[in-house]
Amino acid sequence: MTAVEETEGRNGALPPWVGRLGRLLVTLVITLVGLLFVTFLIGRVVPIDPVLAAVGDRASESTYHKVYLELGLDKPLWEQFLIYVNNVLHGNLGESVLTNRPVLDDIADTFPATLELSTFAILIGTCVGVPLGVWAAVRQGRLVDQIVRVLGLVGYSAPIFWLGLTGLLVFYARLGWVAGPGRIDIAYQYDVERITGMMLVDTLLQGQWDAFWNALSHILLPGTLLGYYSLAYISRMTRSFMLAELGQEYIITARVKGVRESRIIWRHALRNAAVPLVTVIALSYGNLLQGAVLTETVFAWPGLGMYLTNSLGSADMNAVLGATLVIGAVFVALNLLSDVLYTVLDPRVRRRG
Amino acid sequence: MLSGIRLFALGAISALALATAAPVRAATPADTLVQAWAIDDMISIDPAEVYEISASEILGNSYQRLVGYDVNDVSKLHGEIAQSWTISPDGKTISFTIKPGLKFASGNPITAEDAVFSFVRAVKLDKSPAFILDQFGLTKDNVDKMVVQTGPMTLDFHMDKAYSPSFVLYCLTSTVGMIVDKKLVMSHEANGDMGYGWLKTHYAGSGPFAIKEWKPNDSVVMERNANWDGPAPKIKRVIYRHVPEPATQRLLLQKGDIDIARNLGADDLKALKTDADIKLESGVKGTIYYMGLNQKNPNLAKPEVRQAMKYLVDYATIADTIMGGLVKVHQTFEPSGMLGTLEKNPFSLDVAKAKELLAKAGLPDGFKVTMDTRNSPDITGMAQAIQQTMAQAGIQIELIPGDGKQTLTKYRARNHDIYIGVWGPDYQDPNSNAQGFVSNPDNGDNASTKTLAWRNAWDIPDLTKETDAALLEADPAKRAAMYEDLQQKALDTSPFVIMFQQVEAFGIRKNVDGVIIGPSFNDNGFYAVSKH
Repeated sequence: MTAVEETEGRNGALPPWVGRLGRLLVTLVITLVGLLFVTFLIGRVVPIDPVLAAVGDRASESTYHKVYLELGLDKPLWEQFLIYVNNVLHGNLGESVLTNRPVLDDIADTFPATLELSTFAILIGTCVGVPLGVWAAVRQGRLVDQIVRVLGLVGYSAPIFWLGLTGLLVFYARLGWVAGPGRIDIAYQYDVERITGMMLVDTLLQGQWDAFWNALSHILLPGTLLGYYSLAYISRMTRSFMLAELGQEYIITARVKGVRESRIIWRHALRNAAVPLVTVIALSYGNLLQGAVLTETVFAWPGLGMYLTNSLGSADMNAVLGATLVIGAVFVALNLLSDVLYTVLDPRVRRRG
Repeated sequence: MLSGIRLFALGAISALALATAAPVRAATPADTLVQAWAIDDMISIDPAEVYEISASEILGNSYQRLVGYDVNDVSKLHGEIAQSWTISPDGKTISFTIKPGLKFASGNPITAEDAVFSFVRAVKLDKSPAFILDQFGLTKDNVDKMVVQTGPMTLDFHMDKAYSPSFVLYCLTSTVGMIVDKKLVMSHEANGDMGYGWLKTHYAGSGPFAIKEWKPNDSVVMERNANWDGPAPKIKRVIYRHVPEPATQRLLLQKGDIDIARNLGADDLKALKTDADIKLESGVKGTIYYMGLNQKNPNLAKPEVRQAMKYLVDYATIADTIMGGLVKVHQTFEPSGMLGTLEKNPFSLDVAKAKELLAKAGLPDGFKVTMDTRNSPDITGMAQAIQQTMAQAGIQIELIPGDGKQTLTKYRARNHDIYIGVWGPDYQDPNSNAQGFVSNPDNGDNASTKTLAWRNAWDIPDLTKETDAALLEADPAKRAAMYEDLQQKALDTSPFVIMFQQVEAFGIRKNVDGVIIGPSFNDNGFYAVSKH
């Protein structure tokens, strides 16, 4: 990235943002087409009969044949792929054979649920993970560092499925601190009008405070669990980035100059560690946005992960390709976002641009 | 220095406290029945299209049919929307008279026109369950002449042959025979689709409850239908919540956030037995668990080997321990609760007897064979238990695990040796399973009808004829005897090791009464439910 950055800076004929945008578009197209191609290929290679998913085990031979033709399975593989890409370019992701609805509608239903959960989780992961990582780095080798390490290890290695069920058992069933599985209580479900598809946002927009608190109480446990999971990773990375920065000469200089320790840590070291940290957080967020299948299953959270898994299991290729495309686009968008944040955080990149 | 962190921790704790102080309601409303069920199989709520378990049950509670049967004794048929019916002397026409004064939930009166429309529509739309009606010689082209209105409240149902009346009537009790509100449906017609686009997600029926809303993979809401002709349901609303994970369902049930849990596993059931707030109720369903032995495998094709394998399954242990009571031992191909079921379980684990049979087949030391196993816990557990007992007689089974659709694809192509299958009747009539297990009109690789017998390459011209003949037998008693005979022959010779019949278990809160668990999924009824 930096190398390209420099050549463009010298060439100077066009304003630099044109090059950036062009490069971005090329990356986007190559990534998405590549993603589609690989997914498509895998979908066709798996030993599952896609017609079976559409018509079920009991359909007559004539129905079977009709659907076989409808799905275009008699055409050569490359032609099927071209037809699909053409449809996608026209904004048509096809129909899911499993739900019998346009894939786009399905995704519009499931993605906001995942987005809400992931955003909640990444906020927790970042707001708690970064300070913890900084703290552990400052107290390297001391008790605090060990505690953070163990905490991270548990979060990263304990199966989230198990953590989820245990969490439900303790905080929902025993203590009654949080609401159970699902996104909102039935009492509220039919009062909340769908605007964004995100319960917390919708209830706020409609000023339904009771419903908002209820939705928050529902998201608290799964969101915190996923947050804990990403916190584990983010705090470890923060710690190592911080350690690298704290060993630099400019820190020693600052100390010699008598700058307050808190200012050294938060202003000098963290500011520099933040640059690579942005990528770490963006990637964690991307992973969460794919939909956490197990968490969604345990908490009956109708998100993208569950949708994708169900579709995969039934060789529902339109749904799988559509969902993959969305996830791919999310990753590209997050990459773009972290690029932008780089320029904000790193003055060297900013000046070159 | 650490003031930032302290401040943050304080904020986090107060946020947590704030959220937990928020209202968390446990009990469900007194006039509402809330159920947790995996309803991700639902693709439609149109009777002409529904073929899935969850949607069948929902339609069973919200639509009516011409005829129904007693869920406790399926041999007793009665009219639902039909007041009476007569069969023509040649046996090829059934004339129905509709009860006067009935109304749909919309307020429209129910007439013969609606019934005719419902059948014609289902045949013309030609979705998955249409074949149930097509069996009587109905096609898209002739259905307008085959199902005709003869008066405001009368209609004739013509057929191409003199099928057994019991067969026809049982078929009409399935979801595809449910009567839709023609006026309402046609008011939403678009591009000549007979309201298909609309009815897929909307409701036009006359049953005890009216479907108010269906959110795919999320929930279904039904509300009491004041126009239903039966006794008004005591509860106002029935809500299904999609909860895929059994352990989560159990927690919700114990906590009182739901009234009924529908997908409890064996360990959940065991744990709930001792819970004073919960009661367990169950009913046998039509689904059968069996092992299919492919006759293309020369060892499995030997009659003595087929019989030996029937003695090498520890039926009782699998049913009680591995399946935890979610199945009962059942060895004939017609499930209990069907006309003509042979209630006979002659086989049990008997290694000596099996060894004797294997020796007769010229395989005293056994043989090696593979078994395709769906990677779900029940089938895997079953397969491992069978693998162990088979080994006692020298039959070495190699298990090939795979995803459900993957193993099914292989089975449908006859590329398996042994496959553990799960099969339920398409409609509440013995012909459905007889067609599957003991009929194989053409054993060639490119056959047009691929039954279960075909999938296992079991060539049975005589049994196929007998199955067809049973379809035309008018006398129900004689017809039942014919199915009993077919089941006996299958026990003696078939390559199907039929093992179990499914038991559906409901975990129900103690304060809920009146849940009806019937033999087929559209018989599970909630109109008599009360909460106290």
